[in-house]
Amino acid sequence: MRMGRLGKEYELGEIVVRQGEYGNEMYVVLSGEVEVIRQSGEEEIPLATLGKGQVFGEMALLGDTTRSATVRVKSKARILTVDKKGFLKKVHEDPSFVFNILQMMSDRIREMDKEIARLKAIELEHAECPGCDAASAPPREEDARIDKADDG
Amino acid sequence: MCGGIVSESLVQALAVEGIHLPDDVVQRAIDSYILHTNQGNVHIETPHNEKRIATLHRGAGPKGVSKTLWKSFDALLLNLARGEGARVLPARVCDIVWRDKRPEIECRGKEPRPYDLVVVACGVNTSGLRLLENLGFGYRRPQTMQTFITEIMLGRKTIQEWFGSSMHLFLLSNPSIEFAAFIPKGDFVTVCLLGRSIDRACVRSFFKDPAVRGCFPPMWRIPDDACRCSPKINVGEAIRPYADRVVAVGDCGVSRLYKDGIGAAYRTAKAAARTAIFSGVSAQDFDRHYAPIYSHLRRDNWLGRVLFSASGIVKRSPASVSSLLCVTAEEQKLPFEKRRMSGVLWDMFTGSAAYGDILRRSMHPALAASFVQHIVRACDAGLEIVPKGGCG
Repeated sequence: MRMGRLGKEYELGEIVVRQGEYGNEMYVVLSGEVEVIRQSGEEEIPLATLGKGQVFGEMALLGDTTRSATVRVKSKARILTVDKKGFLKKVHEDPSFVFNILQMMSDRIREMDKEIARLKAIELEHAECPGCDAASAPPREEDARIDKADDG
Repeated sequence: MCGGIVSESLVQALAVEGIHLPDDVVQRAIDSYILHTNQGNVHIETPHNEKRIATLHRGAGPKGVSKTLWKSFDALLLNLARGEGARVLPARVCDIVWRDKRPEIECRGKEPRPYDLVVVACGVNTSGLRLLENLGFGYRRPQTMQTFITEIMLGRKTIQEWFGSSMHLFLLSNPSIEFAAFIPKGDFVTVCLLGRSIDRACVRSFFKDPAVRGCFPPMWRIPDDACRCSPKINVGEAIRPYADRVVAVGDCGVSRLYKDGIGAAYRTAKAAARTAIFSGVSAQDFDRHYAPIYSHLRRDNWLGRVLFSASGIVKRSPASVSSLLCVTAEEQKLPFEKRRMSGVLWDMFTGSAAYGDILRRSMHPALAASFVQHIVRACDAGLEIVPKGGCG
């Protein structure tokens, strides 16, 4: 058994944070994977899978809001908690402290933009041709240009 | 060089910055501490029972190690720097001189080379301090205190059985010892004693104390060949730690009183880097952007001295120690945010929070009332304040 493992071990299926709860911590995935799920009534909408080095819970920490999604362990994971008070003190002393988090948030916004563009395209296709299955249609030239610009 | 604790706040800060301490660098992850006193002990756990503190070896580790099963923390950091594009030159610096208003570094067996900025990050036990003093810009080395550190080889199984993943801290009546800790690592346990006058007799009396003896297997005695040293630690900041194109970070500048030296080095090094990148490398730039962090650590250490003086008074009084134990033990039933004494002790002995913050929390009326109430009870039970005496 490794004695040097930091953080806390979570088992498969364990909930780390629950949508709607108030949170005072942010989390860093040290190993394993977690899935981010948005609950809409009885339905679960998977939003993302996060792996080693990625953070979650930062929105509840930066704003005084409740958790926007549930995070559940996808494969046995080790997770480190970051306390709000210490985090905000560090940011106050050194604003560059959040560069890494801003980078991750920027990557997520980029992914969301792609997803929005894809959904808009489906919506447009559907409006132009209600009988067509737009989701299975090949990507349009415009979508490819958006993807290329986002990646660059 | 053997020591090494990465505090809770630093483990979290590094993780946020994308620096993860691998399992083979961290010797043992700590999830709790046990406070030992002459009146008994108390076990305090971290929030969520999470392993939040990393113990590690610096450099090559303790003397006499035949097989290295770990990676050095220093090597990890140097490799990260290399990965970011830094060129690491493993060489011994012999001299630093001024040439055309630029610092020029001479390494053993190499031609001297001028640099735009020299950041000195050496300890207080090296000749690096002399190099800084010789530059003639007014640098004066920090005040130091002698410590005693020994690395005792007990083996993984024994350490797990006797020390677990807890740090062991001692608040004993011995007035010469300000702070004592056992830090379990892989196969070793590091014993660290800090105080104004720690000598051989003081160390011997510490190991004979029943509270200390109880931490080790029966019949165990400290081996004669254990790796041990009496290094100095920084207990007061350096005067004039920067000039045009030169800055001292970490121990050769300012550290945190008695603990979290790595955390202080991280903060001062980052402040120096931010100054150089976003402002410049002149003395005025360091005045504006480096000095505030430096002064903050210096002021906080002053408050730390107040706290340690208070703990010195508490540990000399059996009634106060008994009260401290009772308050801490009782509050373990409360929600974590209401465990005030535990939080104060945890942060004070692990270096996880600023001393100013700890001092403010230690003066909470509810905590003070509970503490006094238990002192009165302890006095009623026959415990009293003992006079200050010598070592042992």
